Amino acid sequence: MAKELICIQCPQGCRLQVSGRGEGLKVRGNKCARGIAYAGKELTNPSRTLTTTVRTCFPDFPVLPVRTRGEVPLARIFACMEEINAVRVERRLRPGDVVLDRLAGTGVPLIATADMGEGKAVYH
Amino acid sequence: MRKDWDVIVIGAGPAGLAAAAAACDAGAGVCLVERESRPGGILKQCIHDGFGLVRYGEKLTGPEYAWRDIEAVRRRNIPIWTETFLLELQRAGDGFVLTMQNREQAVFQLTARALVAATGCRERTARQIFIHGQRPAGIYTAGTVQHMINIQGYLPGRRCVILGSGDIGLIMARRLVLEGARVEGVYEIKPEPSGLTRNLVQCLQDYNIPLHLSTTVTRVLGRERVEGVVVCPADENLRPLPDRGRIVPCDTLVLSVGLIPENDILEPLGVELNPRTGGPVVDQRLAANVPGLFSCGNALHVNDLVDYVSESGEIAGRAAAAYALGRTQPPNHAELVPEGDILYAVPGRLDLAAGGKAVVYLRANRTIGNARLTISAGDKTVLRKRYPVLRPPEMERIVLDLADLPAGAGAVKLSLRGEENG
Ligand SMILES: Cc1cc2nc3c(=O)[nH]c(=O)nc-3n(C[C@H](O)[C@H](O)[C@H](O)COP(=O)(O)OP(=O)(O)OC[C@H]3O[C@@H](n4cnc5c(N)ncnc54)[C@H](O)[C@@H]3O)c2cc1C
Ligand code: SF4
Repeated sequence: MAKELICIQCPQGCRLQVSGRGEGLKVRGNKCARGIAYAGKELTNPSRTLTTTVRTCFPDFPVLPVRTRGEVPLARIFACMEEINAVRVERRLRPGDVVLDRLAGTGVPLIATADMGEGKAVYH
Repeated sequence: MRKDWDVIVIGAGPAGLAAAAAACDAGAGVCLVERESRPGGILKQCIHDGFGLVRYGEKLTGPEYAWRDIEAVRRRNIPIWTETFLLELQRAGDGFVLTMQNREQAVFQLTARALVAATGCRERTARQIFIHGQRPAGIYTAGTVQHMINIQGYLPGRRCVILGSGDIGLIMARRLVLEGARVEGVYEIKPEPSGLTRNLVQCLQDYNIPLHLSTTVTRVLGRERVEGVVVCPADENLRPLPDRGRIVPCDTLVLSVGLIPENDILEPLGVELNPRTGGPVVDQRLAANVPGLFSCGNALHVNDLVDYVSESGEIAGRAAAAYALGRTQPPNHAELVPEGDILYAVPGRLDLAAGGKAVVYLRANRTIGNARLTISAGDKTVLRKRYPVLRPPEMERIVLDLADLPAGAGAVKLSLRGEENG
């Protein structure tokens, strides 16, 4: 039986008709190969990149935007949030710097996405 | 500090940053003016991912995308005047005088041969949509809520209703839930959601947030703080049916009802605006009717992909540099006239003297299937394209080679025809 999914890997949002599983997986409606991988994953273990913020001790930068480096299972998102909410950043970080090594037992690191700079940015 | 520049870029969001880098690479002396304390524009608060697929082939968050542009500007040693307000903009001779203010220099002036306006867009506010009742605390635009949570670090409320199904509202619905608030639902007066389908999936469906189509908020309850809203179904003419209203208790109403380009500062220059887009009427070099003035990014028209914002910044920056360095010919304009199912198209005219390729952005005015797009001049068709489906939230980009136009083309027609409910 065909199932309809929307690929969320890019803003095109292709409507996928998916049937079969594993080796027998058939996908139609995808404009690129990533749609096939997405469908396979979505049927077995839907996962997402989690983007959120963590608290810092810097008044000029009270929260730092972060994301998971890789996807975490959708079902684990709130467990991840709980762990992230307990963190307080005490160093000025730059994009890519690791905030947490292994998030809530997923093995996926949490990284900074913004440049906290040295105090107020002066460019001129 | 240098006071006289070839090109000054107003606004250090992704459009302005790309424009500055491109102007610099084209040999112009360029600087940026930004009213906020950090460059990056609205991307600083767009912490979710999905940016940069077209430009970098990667899924970046807003701050990461902005960081690449900031680093590119820094590598070129392009100065950014941060926390600097533009007070007045005037024409002087064949250039511009900018009167500005910041903490270090109080009021000061800079001059430029060419100006790139990259001031972004602003949100429609409660005043621009019609809701009855008092105005208690707890009514915010989606962008304000985004700033509160993602930059300032606090939750505006615990129980929220979202009015409008624009992308920022959908993204904030998920964000509120992640931070521990309850989202009672997203209410959209139209029968179709206005945000991207992927956001319906990853923001609402993933978190079981209900979407109510053909439904709107007609009343806000509460004196000092929002205590609830009245929601009502709407008929096909988007008129609410008040006798079928019901109360939804909440402490926060989030408005996600659309964006408009921000061009107030250009008014004294006598710039011609397109009433459909809210941005200046430009040609393919993104030159406005005022000589030496260029527009890009969301100040030109509201984009849904930041990648295209950056592209327009590059075009405007390069063209502004060419103008400032005296490398352009007097323009020879042909109108680009949209027809049929087109909501709007940018640019509004083509400079045949400049030639080259024109990047044309357009939106359909309704959801259509089996759509045919043609570009023609006189009786010559120069471009044909077919689309299985076109939806108003998704902008289309096409490239037109001006060399394909017949000599002495007057008006160029851009026509889109499709079938209902594709
Ligand atoms: C609230 C909000 C949320 C958004 N979320 C998304 C999203 O999730 N995904 C997406 O793809 N797009 C989103 N957009 C659209 C987004 O704006 C564009 O993708 C892109 O960031 C626009 O870039 P820009 O450089 O044109 O404008 P902006 O990023 O808005 O930059 C304009 C800059 O100009 C500065 N400025 C304005 N006026 C002046 C002045 N007079 N003097 C000095 N400086 C000035 C501003 O401070 C700002 O830094 C959002 C827009 C808004 C308003
Ligand atoms: S299939 Fe490819 S083009 Fe279609 S939404 Fe997925 S990633 Fe985008």
